[in-house]
Amino acid sequence: MMRRLIPHPLLSVTLVLFWLALVNTLTLGHVILGIVFGIGIPMITAPYWPDRPKISNPLKIAEYTLVVLWDIVVANIQVATIILFRRNEDIRTHWIPVPLDLTSAEAITVLAGTITMTPGTVSATLAADGSCILVHCLDTDDPDAVRDEIKSRYEQRLKEIFQ
Amino acid sequence: MPFIAELLIAIMLVISGVFGFVGSYGLIKLKDPMQRLHAPTKATTLGIGGVLIASMMYFVVKTGQISVHELVITLFLFLTAPITANFIAKAFMARNLKAGDLPKSGTDYGWSVYSDPPGQERSDS
Repeated sequence: MMRRLIPHPLLSVTLVLFWLALVNTLTLGHVILGIVFGIGIPMITAPYWPDRPKISNPLKIAEYTLVVLWDIVVANIQVATIILFRRNEDIRTHWIPVPLDLTSAEAITVLAGTITMTPGTVSATLAADGSCILVHCLDTDDPDAVRDEIKSRYEQRLKEIFQ
Repeated sequence: MPFIAELLIAIMLVISGVFGFVGSYGLIKLKDPMQRLHAPTKATTLGIGGVLIASMMYFVVKTGQISVHELVITLFLFLTAPITANFIAKAFMARNLKAGDLPKSGTDYGWSVYSDPPGQERSDS
């Protein structure tokens, strides 16, 4: 019964908070309206999202967010330096295949998004069976080091979150 | 408004302006479409982030209330920017590259732009 009514509890909470953030005020009326959305939308969309991802350690999400935010700041500075001070001929771009240990679709999506947002890398595509992700790296001496960093810095943390 | 607040807001605006400019400059300076993809997806996240932080600081100092719209904008950006980049990359790969131009995926199946997923292989290809 509970499972039918609230198929994705975290999504419901997110939607309520999101509604409050959108209206930018905290009144009882908007909290109630937010709860209506928080229960209604997951019920309507539940058929399209049958299995809820298991999140074992919510605290790790905060840690992951901070790591990624920091990396985005560093990435911006690195990419800006490359664009401004490097001649086009000296930029060594590489395609890097990164084998994945993650299996859940949600985790791979988060990883792909993170790769795109961080230091000089864009995730381009997945292998057809989802076991490997193709990353385009703007400038690196050592493609293997980039691959190992993605695996140890992001994938390892995501594995701890989605398990 | 105290001087310190004005100074901090001004600094954030200048930072965001610089990064926004570098992102746009990279778009015309780099040569290869895949390289060009790097400039706007990254150099502009801090560009927009700076404006949003400046806006939050301004409203906190000016009205004494925390405005969360900026956080929502940031969240939307983080959700949409990687997807846009991914679509552009895939379109580029499908139009301009062959499967042989890319490194091997290291599994039995090729990259999803060129190969079908397991169990759905087309017999005519």
